[in-house]
Amino acid sequence: MTLTTDHVSYTYRRHRGLEPVSALRDISVGVPRGSLTGLIGPNGCGKTTLLKLLAGVLSPDSGTVALDGQALASLPRRHVARRIAVVPQETHPVFEYTVLEMTLMGRHPHLGPFELEGPADLAIAREALAATGTAHLEDRSYMALSGGEKQRVVIASALAQSPEVLLLDEPTASLDLGYQLDIASLLQRLNRERSVTMVMATHDLNVAASICNTLVLMRDGRVLASGGTGDVLTSAMVRQLYGVEADVRLHDLAGHLTVVPVGRRP
Amino acid sequence: MTTADTAASSQAVPRTPGRVRKSIRARLAATLLGFGAVAVAVCLLAPLVGTTSISLTRAFDRSIPFEENVDAQIFFVARLPRVLAGALVGSALASAGVVFQAMLRNPLATPFTLGVSAGASLGAMLAIIFGGALALGPFSTVPAASLAGAALASAMVYWLATRRGHAMSTSVLLLAGVTLNSFFSALIMFVQYLADFAQVYRAARWIMGDLDVGGFDSIVAALPLVLAAFALFAMLPSSLNLLSLGEDAAAARGVDVARAQRIAFFSASLATSAAVSLAGPIGFVGIVVPHLVRLLVGVDHRIVLPASALFGAAFLVACDLVARTLMAPVEIPVGVVTAMIGGPFFLWLLVRKG
Repeated sequence: MTLTTDHVSYTYRRHRGLEPVSALRDISVGVPRGSLTGLIGPNGCGKTTLLKLLAGVLSPDSGTVALDGQALASLPRRHVARRIAVVPQETHPVFEYTVLEMTLMGRHPHLGPFELEGPADLAIAREALAATGTAHLEDRSYMALSGGEKQRVVIASALAQSPEVLLLDEPTASLDLGYQLDIASLLQRLNRERSVTMVMATHDLNVAASICNTLVLMRDGRVLASGGTGDVLTSAMVRQLYGVEADVRLHDLAGHLTVVPVGRRP
Repeated sequence: MTTADTAASSQAVPRTPGRVRKSIRARLAATLLGFGAVAVAVCLLAPLVGTTSISLTRAFDRSIPFEENVDAQIFFVARLPRVLAGALVGSALASAGVVFQAMLRNPLATPFTLGVSAGASLGAMLAIIFGGALALGPFSTVPAASLAGAALASAMVYWLATRRGHAMSTSVLLLAGVTLNSFFSALIMFVQYLADFAQVYRAARWIMGDLDVGGFDSIVAALPLVLAAFALFAMLPSSLNLLSLGEDAAAARGVDVARAQRIAFFSASLATSAAVSLAGPIGFVGIVVPHLVRLLVGVDHRIVLPASALFGAAFLVACDLVARTLMAPVEIPVGVVTAMIGGPFFLWLLVRKG
């Protein structure tokens, strides 16, 4: 196991007068080293919150999140960021950074407080752009890119962090079918070739079934089941998670499980 | 490093010489040199230009006693303090603008957005109209009162924005700033209503902004505050780059968001307070300069922040030169000149964004 949570709970504190919202309750999961783990569950089940806790961006109210047995809370932010990178659902810079500048920002945790990036950092950033197929966009403004290009550049920026673990929040949401496939195969390739451990929250069960080897199924801030994709992705689980009747079967041509929803459970 | 080396050598995209990007170090050095040269040139030329032409050799001629050396008097008493004040205030406001824009993730933010200047103005109005002597160390009454007002406004905004949790809420900061601005403006009008005509005239002139600071004393008083703010600014540029992507994105790349926001808020408020206490709320410098600089050198804050500090000095000194000479012998308040340049520029930015 690389990244583990041990009896972790988290509650969002809201304005005075409003009820606090409990997002995660007593979550204990482990992300196996080198795995591509999918985080599955209905809207509001706590996937994004769990990702933020795994990244150390949020601190749990109780329990511990640990990387190789070391509690994230005990490490400086910069040290955590050298080992864990995050690809958020969307990134909206307010200034017109170039693609290369966006990617170089991934080097931030590796630089000293007053250090400027050098040739080695530039080489790492360019290599990350090449790995995501965006090297030709280097001088373009990030804001002017298409959704699929943006997502690949943000993944390049995370790769430039040289992380052991990459956390992705719905990397294929809001992308068209072609880009979805591109991103999915990119992630699978990076996971295999660089042995980067990945955790991906997604609503797309077919994308998850095609690339994830491990799944964590969540509902109402709790883990419902976790294990190998073939073991836990069943029509019974889909019914329990979403209240949807679905046909889950191995697709001959695709070579992986596919999920076809056939109706809402009465 | 081996993977990076092989990939760099086997990179598919050929790099034409024109597209080879200079490293950040080379860009920073070139920017500091270029903008530094402009700032120095403007600050050296500005004291020589004015309604009366003076001779520099005569001004620096030690053989003539100062009391009889009119050129030296004009240079050292009338013009040099004004140029130095312009450089200090322009530099402080432009840098504060850069910091607030990145921290609030809002390119249209100014140093005055969060109510610091309105607090400072209220303090100055009270001092001008109700008088009294509350000189504070090296600061005379009006600057001391305006610093107190600015500190009060910053403290209120900070308290409102951090009340709910450990990190600052930028949306609450903006709302609190806008609200404080209009509330303090109402108080300023009320205070002016109670005053007599001469006092109201003095107060109105203060609000327009004026670099005629009447000697070196007030500059020397404000200098340590501006220098302290600049020392804090030096810690910020790479954090500002990441904060402008969003708080979570910055945290995920190793930025201590709460700490960076705190430093940004207090340093930019300090620079703004010092500038306003010295010369009144001179508008538009804090938005025109950062945007012009971004058009010239890109948006990386490690370059934009020092470039804006230098260009802000040159810009305000140049505006003051226009203010002194355009309708000579009548002097236009420099705040009117910056507003006349800045207003249309601001609108152009809005139209361009839309």
